[in-house]
Amino acid sequence: MELSAAATRILAGLLEARTGQQLSTGRQWRLDTALVPIMRARGIESVDLLVAALVGGRDARLADAVIEALLNNETSFFRDHGPFQQLMGPVLSRLHSARAGARRLRVWSVGCSTGQEPYSLAMGLAEQADLWRGWTIDIQATDVSRSATARAREGLYTQFEVQRGLPVRQLLRWFDREGEQWRLVQALREKVRFHVHSLTEPMPLPGMFDVILCRNVLLYFPPPMRRAVLDRLGRAIAPDGVLMLGAGETIIDQTERFEPDPAARGFYRLRETPRPIQLAAIPGFA
Amino acid sequence: MKTCLVVDDSKVVRKVARHILERLDFSVREAADGQEALAECQDMPPDVVLLDWNMPVMSGIDFLRALRFANIARRPKIVLCTTENGIGHIRVAIDAGADEYMMKPFDRETLESKLQIVGVA
Repeated sequence: MELSAAATRILAGLLEARTGQQLSTGRQWRLDTALVPIMRARGIESVDLLVAALVGGRDARLADAVIEALLNNETSFFRDHGPFQQLMGPVLSRLHSARAGARRLRVWSVGCSTGQEPYSLAMGLAEQADLWRGWTIDIQATDVSRSATARAREGLYTQFEVQRGLPVRQLLRWFDREGEQWRLVQALREKVRFHVHSLTEPMPLPGMFDVILCRNVLLYFPPPMRRAVLDRLGRAIAPDGVLMLGAGETIIDQTERFEPDPAARGFYRLRETPRPIQLAAIPGFA
Repeated sequence: MKTCLVVDDSKVVRKVARHILERLDFSVREAADGQEALAECQDMPPDVVLLDWNMPVMSGIDFLRALRFANIARRPKIVLCTTENGIGHIRVAIDAGADEYMMKPFDRETLESKLQIVGVA
């Protein structure tokens, strides 16, 4: 299916306005494939006609459906095996010592998609039960996709999803078989609270997080938005908290607020005296 | 370079697995059944074995049981790779000595994640 430049531009504009995400050239190839189910369901014959319907604004749910279709919900359990082991080992161990008085740990999984990341963390913590006994552990997880967060709450995964990154012994320990799928046990599902949230909107979760996981999220944003998001995460994180980005992501030239954590590669901490960041040019981040 | 022994009676599966593994920088050897695989392991143990369940001559499970008593220098990690995905099948495989379990068909990401879990990638 051929997409006109005008249709691509309008779809990209819609995605960016709603989510802050950029429709990079690399993602444009999947536009038509992603939109086919919506067009079939509504009897729309071409992307141009779909875009015309969007612009006409007669179908209020159409824009929501298009946005959902354009989002990338790629994720897996224990994604980036090495860094995740580091999180579950030395990084959390350090926070355990630092929070020994309050015995409280607050985690924010940003861009949690269908829930594999926060559930991996919940599983890892459950397997360190002796260490965390008596602690209040609060895992908040957000994603801009309504359908992804709804699926995350269900905790129901296909065979394909559970065998990506999830060790088989943990599958047997923490999941029950439901037909051809696997459901995470209720005790772990209850450990994570999911919210629909776009990083372009005000932060719905007040308080200071000890750990923020923002992996493979920033890469979808244009540079000014990345800077704004990192600034916002900087406000949400505790002074000695830890930010974890995706294995291929960096803060270099993205922010003055964070610096690499010298004790943990791939993790970041607040700079002691962040330089002020100019946000005025970014809509919604005044 | 790490070595992987691909054990499957299907040439196509061995070819697909070889293609993925070589892209992950593995040196790949092949065997068509459990008995051939056992001989390969005794001759020169690989770092990891990607093992089919249902094969002629010697099945994957029989291979695992035989491996326990085999005189080999270093026990390789075993990823059982099958079309059986019942809990009972998975438990049998683990009890027999499999380190990981993977359903066919699989893609590069899934195989890579299993190799990371068993500590060879």
